[in-house]
Amino acid sequence: MNKRIFVRPSVLSVLSGAALLVSLLLSSAEATRQPTETPVPTRIISLIPAVTEMLFAIGAGPQVVAVSSFDTYPVEVSKLPRVGALIDPDVERILSLRPDLVAVYGSQANLRAQLARANIPLYVYAHAELADIPVTMKTLGARVGRAGEAQSTAAAIEARIAAVRTRVAGRSRPRTVIVFDRESLALRGIYASGGFGFIHDMVNAAGGENIFADVNQQAVQATTELILARRPEVILELRGEPLAANVRPKEIAVWQALGSLPAVRTGRVYLIDRQLTVIPGPRVAEAIEVIARTLHPGAAR
Amino acid sequence: MTASLGRRMAMTLTAFGLLAAGAIVTAPLVGSTHISLRRVFDPAIPFSDNVDAQIFFIARLPRTLAGALVGSMLATAGVVFQGLLRNPLATPFTLGVSAGAALGAMLAITFGWSFAWVGVPAAPAASFVGSIAAVAIVYALARARHQGLSTNVLLLAGVTMNAFFSALILFVQYFADFAQTYRILHWLMGDLDISSYQPILTALPLVLVSFAVFAWLARPLNLLSLGGESAGTRGLHVVGAQRAAFLSASLATGAAVSVGGPIGFIGIVVPHLVRLLVGPDHRLVLPASALFGAAFLIGCDVVSRTVMAPIELPVGIITALIGGPFFLWLLVRKR
Repeated sequence: MNKRIFVRPSVLSVLSGAALLVSLLLSSAEATRQPTETPVPTRIISLIPAVTEMLFAIGAGPQVVAVSSFDTYPVEVSKLPRVGALIDPDVERILSLRPDLVAVYGSQANLRAQLARANIPLYVYAHAELADIPVTMKTLGARVGRAGEAQSTAAAIEARIAAVRTRVAGRSRPRTVIVFDRESLALRGIYASGGFGFIHDMVNAAGGENIFADVNQQAVQATTELILARRPEVILELRGEPLAANVRPKEIAVWQALGSLPAVRTGRVYLIDRQLTVIPGPRVAEAIEVIARTLHPGAAR
Repeated sequence: MTASLGRRMAMTLTAFGLLAAGAIVTAPLVGSTHISLRRVFDPAIPFSDNVDAQIFFIARLPRTLAGALVGSMLATAGVVFQGLLRNPLATPFTLGVSAGAALGAMLAITFGWSFAWVGVPAAPAASFVGSIAAVAIVYALARARHQGLSTNVLLLAGVTMNAFFSALILFVQYFADFAQTYRILHWLMGDLDISSYQPILTALPLVLVSFAVFAWLARPLNLLSLGGESAGTRGLHVVGAQRAAFLSASLATGAAVSVGGPIGFIGIVVPHLVRLLVGPDHRLVLPASALFGAAFLIGCDVVSRTVMAPIELPVGIITALIGGPFFLWLLVRKR
């Protein structure tokens, strides 16, 4: 009984001392993590193709040590190790490469928690609209010590996009359905761009009028009825992967089933199977130029 | 047995026939867009300028007919499976057909197969092949254990194949990218927007064959419901009937799934509702289920494309929302 009374305060003091020590340690760890003097990262891992492209575009390519399993551009990435992607990031490989910056998607909550526990700094990315691409590029540039290059690259992209806008200004804007997915060789499971997101913005900049601009979603599941009712003058299919040469014409011919659409009648069904049109990265200006040439073959360039 | 079978048959066929015909005629009139019937059938407007006619004939009519075809096949296949397995909770998908079909479609989508096989694109063709493969495996297993066809082994083998194929599906899905995963999900939810008459025409021979066998099966199924032994003593070649039932119902299910995807619950909701109305005689249940199944799926499809228009819900969600609670009610009522 007597003993216990003695023990208690001593235990308490030890505990409080330990707590103090822990909190001191934590706060000092916090202090070293303060972004006041973030060192320039030299071992960057990007899980996002758009970010990878941006890093290389602003001259930070040599700092990149690994990329996602979907990265194919620029060619330099072919030599880099792959560490998974959005749903299957390989945490072990990421950690073993000792990165000092990892670009992750905002939705990768588990990965973010794991990397945070390992004290690895993160760059959190979110897919967004066309106007966000130069902004992302600039914040990324500031983060990786390439603020100047990012500034000028972003400005160049904005200038190219502005130039396209001027070229197509005043031309009639064809009502366009922007299809980015459907079943192969059939008009089933059609997904088209709604009025939100960089694909909608790209077509808009290239002088097209999205027939689903009124739908405030990135993707619209478009039935044949919906497409027939909205009568697009242009069908624009954007595919991330090139189709085989013998399949391409067949995929375009599938639209003949809706032979009465203005787009089909006037032969304005286009399939652009180039990766650059589906990645919101630095090639977006080139993608807009490609789309503008498709929608307005008469415009200069 | 108050009225003769002939009179009851005539009454049943008339009532359910009118229901199905009503559904087929009404469904193309409703949709996310307003169309004018007078314009649809106005010969003065060339078809290429007639948006109303295009919506009617290209978008709505094919999917209505597809709904009729798929609905009647799944409903009758459900009747046959329930009779064959002597289990009221059996569905066309119990014996692994849909899982095999899903695996086939998934392989086609994930590996980007882009061929067309007698006018059928890769995904539906592969799904049909997948369902046939699943049926063949289950059938071989059920025969291996007994000289005849053990319905118990059939059931166990089918359920196990379902689980195994589901595991393979998850495995294959790991190789798919986002767009493909989306497409797979879309396929699994069922969709009748077929945008041409081709899938219906291709499935038609299979439908006719299955329906012909079903017509013959009505009496054997009545006998089978008494149990294998009593059926045998009444002169039924039990194994032959079971074999015919299993193969024809599987064929019908495979064809239905290749047209509309694995649309659930029709094969259980429709047969039971029909039995409540006309009694257990398969000579009435089979044709009535075919007609009511058609009307039911067409109705669900109308809901799916109008309730949130212009956004369309996959029809499988509607049938599941109706069918799930119904299935549970059946389960509770039985015990």
